Amino acid sequence: MTAAKAATLENKRFTVWVANRTNLAIGIFGLLIVVALALFPTYAGTPLTRRLVDFFTLLALAQFWNLMLGYAGLISVGQQGFIGIGSYTLWLFSDIMHINPFISVIFAAIGGAIIAFPAASLVFKLKGGYLAIGTWVIAEILRLIVANIKRTGGGSGITIQAATKLGTTVRVPGSYWWALASAVIAIAVTYFLLRSRTGLALKAIRDNDLAAESNGVNLWRTKLYTYIIGGAGCAMVGAIVAIHLLRVQPAAAFSINWTGYLIFISVIGGVGTIEGPIIGTIIYFVLRETTSKYGEWYFIVLGILAIIVTVWSPAGIYGYVVRKTNFFLFPLQRKLRMLEGAKE
Amino acid sequence: MDWLNAAVQGILLGGLYSLFAVGLSLVFGTMRLTNLAHGDLTILPAYVALMIVNALNFNPFYSIPITMVIMFIVGYLLQRGLLNFVVGKGDVAGVIVTFGISMVLQNALLLGFTANSQGLDAGRVENLSIKINDRLAVGWLPLIIFLMALVVITVLQVYMGRTKMGRAFRAVSDDQEAARLMGINTKHIWAVAMGVSLLIVTIGGVMMGIRTTFDPLLGSQRLIFAFEAVIIGGMGSSWGTLLGGIVLGLGQTLGAQAFGSAWSILVGHMIFVIILAVRPQGFLAKTVTT
Repeated sequence: MTAAKAATLENKRFTVWVANRTNLAIGIFGLLIVVALALFPTYAGTPLTRRLVDFFTLLALAQFWNLMLGYAGLISVGQQGFIGIGSYTLWLFSDIMHINPFISVIFAAIGGAIIAFPAASLVFKLKGGYLAIGTWVIAEILRLIVANIKRTGGGSGITIQAATKLGTTVRVPGSYWWALASAVIAIAVTYFLLRSRTGLALKAIRDNDLAAESNGVNLWRTKLYTYIIGGAGCAMVGAIVAIHLLRVQPAAAFSINWTGYLIFISVIGGVGTIEGPIIGTIIYFVLRETTSKYGEWYFIVLGILAIIVTVWSPAGIYGYVVRKTNFFLFPLQRKLRMLEGAKE
Repeated sequence: MDWLNAAVQGILLGGLYSLFAVGLSLVFGTMRLTNLAHGDLTILPAYVALMIVNALNFNPFYSIPITMVIMFIVGYLLQRGLLNFVVGKGDVAGVIVTFGISMVLQNALLLGFTANSQGLDAGRVENLSIKINDRLAVGWLPLIIFLMALVVITVLQVYMGRTKMGRAFRAVSDDQEAARLMGINTKHIWAVAMGVSLLIVTIGGVMMGIRTTFDPLLGSQRLIFAFEAVIIGGMGSSWGTLLGGIVLGLGQTLGAQAFGSAWSILVGHMIFVIILAVRPQGFLAKTVTT
């Protein structure tokens, strides 16, 4: 870093750049899209709005999952633990402590972060694939604890009274805006984290963790930050889902199917890019709307597609686009540009 | 006496868990593949046995050898046809592909057999037990499963230590490239390892099907129990895996005795968490994996 800066100052021979003008234009266009989406509930009907809540919550989850896997190399099959904890924390804050449900979402995110810390110190003792099963065990522990507490309704679950009282006219747009916000937050957190110094460390870890560590990257701490962000993010989304569905059940909130969706979305779209999960979520949604009525077949198709892409095209759809065009919607690559007067 | 009874049941249950765990550990040891479909692959043989029993009107015990052969072939083909492509490509690809297999397998079983519990009927032996006194009885079936676990682990130790194939397994595990240079067909070895892994879990899977009931959704729980036994016992050690299984089994039965059956599995998990926190290498760790 300092060496590059010094070279720039003394000889003015090169500069490091990330985005270009096209990206700026796309950025402004993206902002317009977000504004248009934010106004959506004012002109569209409730069924469509509700469907988009599903879409944005999944997109947010996929972004957090992708941040963990694609950049910190943390393969979690236990994010449903944080989703479930988020749902139940929302219930705790809105129904027991009588805080507005939409504000309780923030407490749910904090709750997720608090649980992520001890969970990380446990699962990080495991290596590679065994770490994945470790995250699953954590999710199972959280599910069993919640299911065994009588106050939460045990295995049959509980209705969020505070959210029911809000009424459709407040609840549907409210949960829609939170869902949209969660997706924007997930993308923004990923983007700005990766543009930061920690992001450089994360990308170094992704490419080669041993080399990164020997260059002074604190592997454990960087992974911990990422795991906590992932936990807080998934808990936040879990809380939004709880408001959206009005009812929380351990079997559904802590379901391993969440991980199935996230793996499918990230793998199909392309792991390690921000664009990948967006594409993946769209594809997943098209598939869900057309084939989810076939029940088990739908899961079989998701599983087979994830296998095929991982084995034969591990970069996913967006990886293929990048290979062909080298175009990034969200530029994260630091590129070297020679300035005028340079010898080469 | 109730506590002693719970302890005995826990130890015997541990034998079953170690049967599942040895298979998981064997695959991880030889090719660094974390098989997330392992749990579902312990359920599959129970259904295979069920089909054999229904078709041929067999006693479920006789179906075990046939199911073992079938599962060996399934494992071999699964490895050669698919999983060999992800071995050596990092942990992530293996986790994702085996998770996908788990999804496919579980839902295929749901399609074929529904979510209803099934059982394998072996007749009288299911209820026979050795009565030690009024409060303490040891069921024949759990005892047989435990003894089978001892036999399997002993045979596996001899197989790995004394035979040519076992040497090849260890060579591939230690250094894939060097083993290949010595003329070992690593792709074949990996496939045999997966076949042997499934052959071992078949014993546990079918015996468990005889002892209690099974359904397609039990897979993830079996995977987690096997994994916990491996970590508690120490990676790479077969006897450690047995010890890990026993510790987990004891945790579950004693936990049920102390807090009621709803807490049984949670207490098992908590014991795993405590051991992971204070002794992450497990009790009898042999290999250090990176």
